[in-house]
Amino acid sequence: MPYIPHTERDIQEMLDAIGVASTEDLFDEIPANLMIDGLPGVPEGVNEMLLFQEMRKCAREDIGGLCFIGAGAYEHHIPAAVWDVATRGEFLTAYTPYQAEASQGTLQLIYEFQTMMASLMGLDVSNASLYDGSTALAEAILMAVRSQKKSKSKRILVPKTLHPTYRKVVETIVSYQGIILESVDFDKEKGILDPAILEQYAGEDITAMVLPQPNFFGNLEQVDALTDAAHKLNALVIGVVNPTAMALLKEPGSWGAEGADLACGEGQPLGIPLASGGPYFGFLCCKKSFVRQMPGRIIGRTEDTQGRQGFVLTLQAREQHIRRAKATSNICTNQGLAVTAATIYMSLLGQEGLRRVALASHQNLQQLLKLLAEVEGVSVKFSGPHFHETVITLPRSSTDVIQLMAEKGIQGGYDLSQAYPELGHSLLLCVTETKSTEDLVNYVECLRSIL
Amino acid sequence: MSNQSIPLIFEQSCPGRYASMQAPAVDENHCDIPQEFLRTTKATMAETSEMQVVRHYTQLSQRNFSIDTHFYPLGSCTMKYNPRGVQRISQLPGFVARHPLAPMIHSQGFLSCIYELQEILKEAVGMKGISLAPLAGAQGEFVGVSMIRSYHEARGDHERVEILVPDAAHGTNPASAIMCGYKVREIPTNAEGDVDFEALENALGPQTAGIMLTNPSTLGVFERQIKQIAEKVHEAGGLLYYDGANLNAILGRVRPGDMGFDVMHMNLHKTFATPHGGGGPGSGPVAVGERLVPYLPIPMVAKEGNQYRFLTEEDCPDTIGPVTTFVGNAGILLRAYLYARLLGREGMRRVSEFATLNANYLMVKLQEAGFELAFKNRRATHEFIITLQKQAKEKHVTAMDIAKRLLDYGCHAPTTYFPLLVPECFLIEPTETESKEDIEEFIDALIAIRQEIEENPELVTTAPHTLPVTRMDEVRAAKELDVCWSE
Repeated sequence: MPYIPHTERDIQEMLDAIGVASTEDLFDEIPANLMIDGLPGVPEGVNEMLLFQEMRKCAREDIGGLCFIGAGAYEHHIPAAVWDVATRGEFLTAYTPYQAEASQGTLQLIYEFQTMMASLMGLDVSNASLYDGSTALAEAILMAVRSQKKSKSKRILVPKTLHPTYRKVVETIVSYQGIILESVDFDKEKGILDPAILEQYAGEDITAMVLPQPNFFGNLEQVDALTDAAHKLNALVIGVVNPTAMALLKEPGSWGAEGADLACGEGQPLGIPLASGGPYFGFLCCKKSFVRQMPGRIIGRTEDTQGRQGFVLTLQAREQHIRRAKATSNICTNQGLAVTAATIYMSLLGQEGLRRVALASHQNLQQLLKLLAEVEGVSVKFSGPHFHETVITLPRSSTDVIQLMAEKGIQGGYDLSQAYPELGHSLLLCVTETKSTEDLVNYVECLRSIL
Repeated sequence: MSNQSIPLIFEQSCPGRYASMQAPAVDENHCDIPQEFLRTTKATMAETSEMQVVRHYTQLSQRNFSIDTHFYPLGSCTMKYNPRGVQRISQLPGFVARHPLAPMIHSQGFLSCIYELQEILKEAVGMKGISLAPLAGAQGEFVGVSMIRSYHEARGDHERVEILVPDAAHGTNPASAIMCGYKVREIPTNAEGDVDFEALENALGPQTAGIMLTNPSTLGVFERQIKQIAEKVHEAGGLLYYDGANLNAILGRVRPGDMGFDVMHMNLHKTFATPHGGGGPGSGPVAVGERLVPYLPIPMVAKEGNQYRFLTEEDCPDTIGPVTTFVGNAGILLRAYLYARLLGREGMRRVSEFATLNANYLMVKLQEAGFELAFKNRRATHEFIITLQKQAKEKHVTAMDIAKRLLDYGCHAPTTYFPLLVPECFLIEPTETESKEDIEEFIDALIAIRQEIEENPELVTTAPHTLPVTRMDEVRAAKELDVCWSE
């Protein structure tokens, strides 16, 4: 029997010990009229070899060629050592480290993760991770509302330069808690927020402002001026950032005079494969004064009875298994395995390696844009600085162009016509360090042949 | 295991060193991003070689208990074998490299798996609709209760402000209800472990939005009055939420849909054997009866002819919205699908059969050995509770002490002090993949520890003794908060 070790003899001895005639008798407390005979709608089982053969074919269908899509998930080189070590059974098949003494590996690793993440963000504290980038933002907003003693309004400024799905996920998650999400429009020429736009809120009660860097279009927001302007309104600033970019770009803790108060985002670029959208992990960091409002697991360093360094889950009094209805959040896991991979990835690359990944990605995009300048009818939509993603405008429907490029084996970008119809025939183009000059030339030739 | 501390990766750092193999070439003279946007500070990241990193994290891994290394009877967590074949297949290049927003022509393989998983899970739980989007059980709960709220609101039924939760429920249940803007009212449990039916009847009314139940409950017993409960709650106009944490106990035998539940989540990392990963990722698909289908979170996968595609807001105008950036924990969904295919319909029934056999055998054997059961007149489901209050009272040795001593015997501890209703308790779940011998070793360990309590209680109250660390100062951890290293 697959994965079940019992022999006929085991079964008989166990039934005898229990004092029943058959395993069916063990279900005799369940009302008989609720019992079913089986699950005819479930296919019959197969063995591992047959499933391997079938799935090899199935997975092959999805090998799509060159990927120039970003929009919140980014293709980066992942060193072989990352997942080789992360999928050791001791990491892969452990559970939440409730028994600290039997979980020091995972606990120390998360402590190291918290250290790297907080310092990458320039903030004091990180938690052990949340589900993904968009849910991390929802939790950051809830946390800001709990933390903000100066504000009663629960009004949150959410720019339209934030990832459109993040905006929707946040709405789904916080909408029943009396939180008001106010959309802030962007400068249509520059594709970023104009810091002056915050002047219209002068004298009003704003709880927090969300500030993406780079923003959804890949453009760099004027984070210093925006942070200062939001702080002038007594609003907290929640940075939503790409962690790879933060090895190159100014980190949230250094934005403006006082720095952002919270930072969160999608951890996927740190060694997690694209894998159809997950499992990824969200990260959430904050200034020290907010730590007791932080949702999710937090690991602390302490000592054992012999004075040796050790690690435990700490501040558990915030959490649902203790506080139940009064908890800071209903979260009861983190994305442990993805965090394990990200910690190994960050340790392997170090800040210098990560900075190089960021810079190489940026330079590759610049190179592609230079090549695209030669293609008639294609132009870069926004003029300001960007990271490894930007919007290009096409002479015909972006939906059609993406479809035609896909048929030629190139995933040309993310179609903006649904989320931003005001941008015309536009697509969001991403290039990372994984692309060679030849790849870039292929992209240009493919696009040219279609236009 | 060595009992020397392993220095933090930062303490092994050497300025100027890095794994240059992994860093791409860049042109340092060519960064056109204006200075005002650039980082000028140093982050705390190690400067180490590739081998140092591999050695460090390999050594850390060896300080974990895991299913692959130890018996792990953690109640309510279903720590069963996670098949390596599943893990391997999920890593095929076509699955791992697919961008979540890839064009549909490069997505049919993945989408077909997801579509088929939707069908299999709906059948397994007896529901009409399903969304695989929720990223964990707790998020599934949030989604389920949100749908209950959307349902009442769409009917103009705004008076329903209360969710009922039995006192034995997982802490996430009340916390999730609060996140949906509901008040929570607790329902007591009777001495036999069933819901106090009279208290439930008294609590029901026009203010009732619904009830959240786990069945089998967290007390390790099947709620025998479930049909009557469903009738009463529906009569009062409320809906029933099923917490799928214990689905492993009934897979292929009883279905939440048939019991009368309107909405549920399942924990794929439990019942469908996806790896727990040191505390995640999980996955918490929600399945619903007819009434709640319109509110399911997007995206879902539809099949049209031979083609698969994602359903979006345009297809589902009443959806509560998305709860994840892309499609959920896709890789976990894929693993659950592969596991379901390997097991098939017969294998699924065997899951509940042998999980229940193992639990009952373990329970009976412990009772024979003189351990006190919390519900001695009841069958175990896939798990059961013993109470160690006698040892606590007479010998001042707590359930936590015994849990720690079990670690010395090479067994992960059962769930301790949950549910809160039973004093000094162990919630024990062996799962179906453990053999008779493994179970007997665990019994022997508990008997040996009981003997130690008689002869040398200090050995137990100061355990563990054989792990890299002894007991941790948790008070200090919370008081002198040290959550990030600095030089």
